[in-house]
Amino acid sequence: MTTATQPRGRSRTAGHPLDTRSRRLRRATRWWPALLLVALFTVPYSALPLPGLLDGPIGGPGNLQLLALCLLFGGLATGYDLLLGRTGLLSFGHALYFAAGTYVTNTVMLEAGLPFAASALLGLLAGAALSALLGAVSLRVSGIGFSMVTLAFAQAASILVQRDPGGVTGGEEGRAAPADRLPAALVGIEHTANLYWIALAYLVVVLAVVHRAVRSPVGRVWEGIKENERRVEVLGLRPYGFKLLAFVLAGTLAALGGLVYLLLTGGATPQTTTSDFTLSLLVMVVLGGSGSRWGPTVGGVLYTWADHRLTDLAGSDTVAGLPAVVRVPLSQPLFLLGALFVAVIYLLPGGVARLPARLRAARPSPAAAEREEVPAP
Amino acid sequence: MSTVVLLTFTGLGLGALYFLVASGLSLIFGLMDVLNFAHGALLSVGAYGTWWAASGHLPGAGSGGAGFVLAVVFGTAVGTVSAVVLELAVIRPLYTRPREQILATVGVGLAVPALLSAIWGSDARPFPGPKALSGTFAVLGAEVPLNRTVLIGAALAVLGALKLFLSRTRHGLVVRAGVEDRAMVTALGIDVRKAFTLVFAIGGAAAALGGALGGLYFGSVDPEQGTSLLIFAFVVVVTGGMGSLTGAALASVAVGLVQQFANYYTTAGLGDLAVVVLLAALLLVRPRGLTGRLA
Amino acid sequence: MTPTAAPLLTVRDLRVVIGGKHILHGVDLEVAASGTTAVLGRNGAGKTTTVRGILGLVPRTGSVLLAGEETVRLATHALVRRGIGYAPEDRGVFASLSVAENLRLAERPGAGEPAYDLVHTLFPELRRRARQAAGTLSGGQQQMVAIARTLLNGNRLIIADEPTKGLAPKVVTEVAQVLERAAEAVPVLLVEQNLALVRRLARHCVVLAAGRTAHQGPAADLLADAEAARRLLAVGSTGGTGSTGTGSTGTGSTGGTGPGAIGGTGDTGAGGTGSIGIAGGTGAIGGTGTAGRTGGAGSPTAGSPVRTAARPAARTTEADA
Repeated sequence: MTTATQPRGRSRTAGHPLDTRSRRLRRATRWWPALLLVALFTVPYSALPLPGLLDGPIGGPGNLQLLALCLLFGGLATGYDLLLGRTGLLSFGHALYFAAGTYVTNTVMLEAGLPFAASALLGLLAGAALSALLGAVSLRVSGIGFSMVTLAFAQAASILVQRDPGGVTGGEEGRAAPADRLPAALVGIEHTANLYWIALAYLVVVLAVVHRAVRSPVGRVWEGIKENERRVEVLGLRPYGFKLLAFVLAGTLAALGGLVYLLLTGGATPQTTTSDFTLSLLVMVVLGGSGSRWGPTVGGVLYTWADHRLTDLAGSDTVAGLPAVVRVPLSQPLFLLGALFVAVIYLLPGGVARLPARLRAARPSPAAAEREEVPAP
Repeated sequence: MSTVVLLTFTGLGLGALYFLVASGLSLIFGLMDVLNFAHGALLSVGAYGTWWAASGHLPGAGSGGAGFVLAVVFGTAVGTVSAVVLELAVIRPLYTRPREQILATVGVGLAVPALLSAIWGSDARPFPGPKALSGTFAVLGAEVPLNRTVLIGAALAVLGALKLFLSRTRHGLVVRAGVEDRAMVTALGIDVRKAFTLVFAIGGAAAALGGALGGLYFGSVDPEQGTSLLIFAFVVVVTGGMGSLTGAALASVAVGLVQQFANYYTTAGLGDLAVVVLLAALLLVRPRGLTGRLA
Repeated sequence: MTPTAAPLLTVRDLRVVIGGKHILHGVDLEVAASGTTAVLGRNGAGKTTTVRGILGLVPRTGSVLLAGEETVRLATHALVRRGIGYAPEDRGVFASLSVAENLRLAERPGAGEPAYDLVHTLFPELRRRARQAAGTLSGGQQQMVAIARTLLNGNRLIIADEPTKGLAPKVVTEVAQVLERAAEAVPVLLVEQNLALVRRLARHCVVLAAGRTAHQGPAADLLADAEAARRLLAVGSTGGTGSTGTGSTGTGSTGGTGPGAIGGTGDTGAGGTGSIGIAGGTGAIGGTGTAGRTGGAGSPTAGSPVRTAARPAARTTEADA
């Protein structure tokens, strides 16, 4: 439970005959993240089939790869929400810092011949430095101006990567990671489980960092900035520094995600630098529920899964045999995701994370439901 | 010298294209605070509408003479209608949720190009244009493609028409006032939402026209054309100051020229970078853009 | 018809929540069918939010009856078109538009001829500066534009939110005179901090405190009761007299230089001298030609309701028909 929902839940159950029972239930369910973590940890050992959701056993290499991507993007979306949902900053350039992690690490390995660990450290530092530098510039403007400047910077980087200066980035093809520089345990299909655990670790790290950060005094300032920047200024605090801190933290977490992505996919691809990539992060966050503890993670996982499954579906024979009206939209996952996204904005404000609260609100008395109805941030 | 002339015309042509996208973007943002991420999609709709009509699907339309004009009109009309539908069906219901309005346009901006490539394929399609416009003309020793001047002429016409509309009509007055203070306009008894639909229609028309004529400029249409132009249009809007038409016009010219010259005289791609670097520099000096309007 | 005319505007349990913060907790107020009703209260009491809530400029719940019609579900523009002129706290002047354009925006096509004659008589300066960008006007001139916009139409109600805020004393008097004159024909809802002005203009008053209605009644009664005024408004009687003093000086000087239309204001200075001032001040405005009707406004209790009821009552019937 987040700090925001707890008092509300308590006020609703206060004086209720089922008070103690629900409290006991609540206490028991508080441990669900730990249980889920254990379950996720054991996935590579599992041969459980999930028909419809995944092809074949859950622990198979293909599925592990997909699940690892889901976890990675869950983490990435959670880090991005540090800006969008926690500080109220709508950045359209988050792909840049992710790609910085991927490309810098890969390039250092390829060009300078450094081992993976050193390259990864440099990649992470590059992400942090880049986000500090560009954040410092972008944050000079606020509101939509900020969004546009971040977009422009990311676009510049995207152009740069695709032009392939000096043959360093590999242009539109991207560049495969040098297998001989990577630790042996992270290369090859038989080691997919290791990559999966790395992705899981990344998600846990991001969740922990974000959770701690938003609960810290700085996090409360972020919340203040999100709600009303003026009011923070009135308190004698300079929002600029706090916003920059959020930007750098989110950028560094994204660069870390870029490292994981490099390992997972075995290379750097220019698709990760595009504005579409940032927009898909935005879709994930909003889909799951911006500003909530688990929402962005859920959104990232759902989006990545849906994207892959829809792409599989688009190429399948069943779709090819359908009439044009159905086949044409189905052949483009991005169309379905875009449409789904718009639908979520209308039908599910607050995203998937608000769904349980909405269902609960639908059951009790209208008065309680009304109390649950909090204006969307 | 001839290179400079050619680059100038090409830069101005590109700037004209940017202006056609940015003018609507700027007005929509100025009036409604909506950053329309679907604006590139409107351009693509216009481009595909024109391409479809000019390829002989629309009776009377074709790739030459009056037929091409009809095709352009058709493409612009389709773009205008799409913009109105977008405003009424997607933006208006979210009137009280500004952030969601932007997000919804992001969704539309992702979905429409995907739909276009689902229907007509994701590869670029050759754009049929009139033979008369495919030639060049000589200026100071340079052979300048005619389609550049078509774009420049169209952008100037749109700028003039918009200026007249804003300064001479009551609707224009409402739009200008709404850019400043939307709430006060309603408090004077004016239904500002009508102005919203209107600026969307105008912006959609300008972008769709840009798409139709951009097809001439690039010689082909592809589903992602609009989205890639949109980003530079954003740069133009920020540089020019949001909500300012004159600012958008000036910034379009500047961005188009800088891009062309830098791309030619340095490495290809550096011009695109230069534009962004200039934007950053400008924001450092003047956080409110060239014209000092809200950013 | 009862001796007391039905109020033109009745607000019941007006609540406003902005960004999860409760700004208004239930404001009740009535705007009399004639004369000026003042809204008073300390800074942050919710005066401006009340006005914005009435107009629907902020999301609100409750009931807002305009001449018997429930308007709380109406969009702002629809409500305003039912006959409300609004001069907001920040004056709401469009800076990049010219003065003439600012006025033209207030025109309501299809709702009668705009009263440019009246506006230009009251504010000759606005005619001279018609082509000037409103943003380059002085504060007082901008306030004139804001008020002129409310007078352009045959409104049923004028809402003026702190029209004298930040203005020079001389301009305060000018604005007050216009409002005074406007209130002869149209009821005015006036948010005001300047007690001298309230004393001079308002017949009724509503005091807000912490987002609620704390007091409602005849303005003179409240202002006469120094203890109540201090409790409700947190102003010392010295402060009140102090500002009154400035007012009177200012008025005196305007008497000579002011626009001819409001001539006969030479003795408005009396307005500053205390409770008698109410009679004196209004009487002076009465000098503009309607002396017979407004002359008695000095006595807030006896006789006045009957007299004031006549015109607005007729308007109300019109609206009902």
